Amino acid sequence: MSLLPFFIFVIFVGMVLWLSFYFAKQTKTSQGYFAANGEIHWIVNGVAFSGDYLSAASFLGICGMIATVGYDGFLYSIGYLAGWMVALFVVAEPMKRLGKYTFSGILDSKFNSKAIRLTAGVSTLIISIFYLIPQMVGAGALVTPLLGLPHYVGVIMVGLIVITIVATAGMTSTTYVQFLKGSLLIFFSIVLCIFILIQGLNTEPDQGGKVPFYKYATIQAQLQGNEILPVDTSYIKKGEITNQKLTFLKLSKDDVQTWWLKDIDLKGDIILKETQSEVRLSNGEFFINGKPASKDNQLRQVGNLEKIGGESGEQAKTGSVNPFKFLSYFSDKNTVVKRWESNLFKDGDDKVTVYYPIETPGNKILRPGLKFKVEGSLSEKLDFISLMLALFFGTAALPHILIRYLTVKTPADARKSTIVAVASIGFFYILTLFMGLGAMSSGVLNLTSSNMSAPLLAKSFGILLFSMISAIAFATVLGTVSGLLVAAAGAVAHDFMGTFGGISMTDKQKVIAGKITAFSVGIIAIILGILFKGMNVSFLVGWAFAVAASANLPAIIMVLFWKKTTAKGIVASVIVGIFTALGMILLSPSMYTHYGLNPDLAPIPFSNPGIISIPLSFLTIVVISLLTQKRNKVLTG
Amino acid sequence: MYSKSSDSDNVLAYKVRIGVYMILIYALVYFGFIVINISNPLLMEKIIFSGLNLAVVYGIGLIVFALILAFIYNSMCSKKEAESNNNMFSKKGGK
Repeated sequence: MSLLPFFIFVIFVGMVLWLSFYFAKQTKTSQGYFAANGEIHWIVNGVAFSGDYLSAASFLGICGMIATVGYDGFLYSIGYLAGWMVALFVVAEPMKRLGKYTFSGILDSKFNSKAIRLTAGVSTLIISIFYLIPQMVGAGALVTPLLGLPHYVGVIMVGLIVITIVATAGMTSTTYVQFLKGSLLIFFSIVLCIFILIQGLNTEPDQGGKVPFYKYATIQAQLQGNEILPVDTSYIKKGEITNQKLTFLKLSKDDVQTWWLKDIDLKGDIILKETQSEVRLSNGEFFINGKPASKDNQLRQVGNLEKIGGESGEQAKTGSVNPFKFLSYFSDKNTVVKRWESNLFKDGDDKVTVYYPIETPGNKILRPGLKFKVEGSLSEKLDFISLMLALFFGTAALPHILIRYLTVKTPADARKSTIVAVASIGFFYILTLFMGLGAMSSGVLNLTSSNMSAPLLAKSFGILLFSMISAIAFATVLGTVSGLLVAAAGAVAHDFMGTFGGISMTDKQKVIAGKITAFSVGIIAIILGILFKGMNVSFLVGWAFAVAASANLPAIIMVLFWKKTTAKGIVASVIVGIFTALGMILLSPSMYTHYGLNPDLAPIPFSNPGIISIPLSFLTIVVISLLTQKRNKVLTG
Repeated sequence: MYSKSSDSDNVLAYKVRIGVYMILIYALVYFGFIVINISNPLLMEKIIFSGLNLAVVYGIGLIVFALILAFIYNSMCSKKEAESNNNMFSKKGGK
């Protein structure tokens, strides 16, 4: 482990903790703990907004997804930002004007209903936990290359540091940590993008000479009877597996067994393409690319362009490029990107994971379709629409975004800070396209986790940039998790115990209750963060958005804009939104894959629930409110 | 419907109305992006300018458009708030 990343990491975490303890001395009341006394300047609040929002999902997840599936990752950037429009135009000022701490407070501003407080409190807790999972997964992914520690250590480390932060100072420290982190993240992302453009593109990236470019072999094969055999007799065939319509041959050469993908070349001849493989034997032994796994024998990093505008080798080197030219190379149908996918199967008692190359033309890279099959079946198209709906409607309903409206003085300040956030977040999201494509073409991708693409890209430019970027990303996780825990703490202190539980608490007791909640939710997040290791963090955040958009947003919009909304309508809508979104996620193909089951057997055909759960939640609030109008009039009358 | 208004009802109603118009305009452009993708995805490959295809131009365009609308919205709201404050000031002055 290099000492520089360790020192930079310690300095960042130390700075974050110092800020917390410093502001802890100034936090005396629950108003100070949960809403920073409403005294944050709108510019600071705006940048802190971006710090909150540019979480692990944005930096690690989106860049990683763009690096592996191209434009489909950028859809998250587009959708995340579009969600801010709902926040700015529909929610920002009315929310600030209502002056409430929590989601339930907003809903309850019109009705004095314990049921509303309970359901809204539960909803805030569930969304917070959903949003916490990817942050924790991101933290785990970061510490492995940064400090050489296992995934679970990173998750526990973040959990404990954040619990300390939240248990001390609350919203003021969270705001300044996010301000600092948001500014640094954008600054160093700009630096990284400048490096990418100066370096330009070539078909044999070698990480600045640090890691020699590996050329994967392709060998000829032929049919002998019904059997496919390599033409080169130095390879001895040891087995053949067909799984999910792909055929892999196990070949042995010099006593090293490797897996090869069967393919057909342009002339119609059979060829075998070299892959990478992980094989776990029944006795527990673990092999990578045919040799025992060790510190020196790991999966090779991948990701390169096979052709740039139709050229390869020396002729393809572009030298420094401007941003437009950089993107145009990736839009070009004559550019070919070598991407990697995985296939899991059993070979006798051995568990095999094969990572195989796919060549994709540029015109397919920079448009939707590689992950979200916009040209596919109806359910695949619905999955795409569903994701875009959830991202659009989810932002304004996220609990840690809502509470930040309360940290400034006036509705006009809330509006201005949202605009600062939109500007900085939008700018950062444009950068994600360059960072993701840079990682896709620079031979830096980790085959087992896309989440580390941006930090590993930074590492190819030097250990200092890598250390800074990784430490900022870690601070990103710390800040976002802190905000979420404050939101969860607020939900419990104000909604459950203060009102529903019938416990009358003093100001000090409310803060203590909030801190105990922050601790408990933090522990739950640590456990879930370990369980969800390996899933793309942006994909996980997409689910948090879907739950928020389904459970919270219909209620917020209707209570602000529809006079006939009733308390029972709100409660029913939140419950329907939570259960539909959660149920659909748990029965989705993605979760079936995570359970280790066949995703084709999942009862719900798409992975994003928004297209069903959001309209259903709106419908519920309208129908139930209309059905309970008479009673409502009698009560209010 | 807002209980703790510091603006006049007139200004508040104006800001809500502008906000609704803005979100409708943005939603139209945003959902246009979704519709093109599912109805004619190949159109997204079409090169628009400087070698950039429609997907890139539309995607980045949505981000830039969001910022432009945000500035317009803020400017309209601030102008209305200033007018309202001036009116209140001149009324007080008149007394």
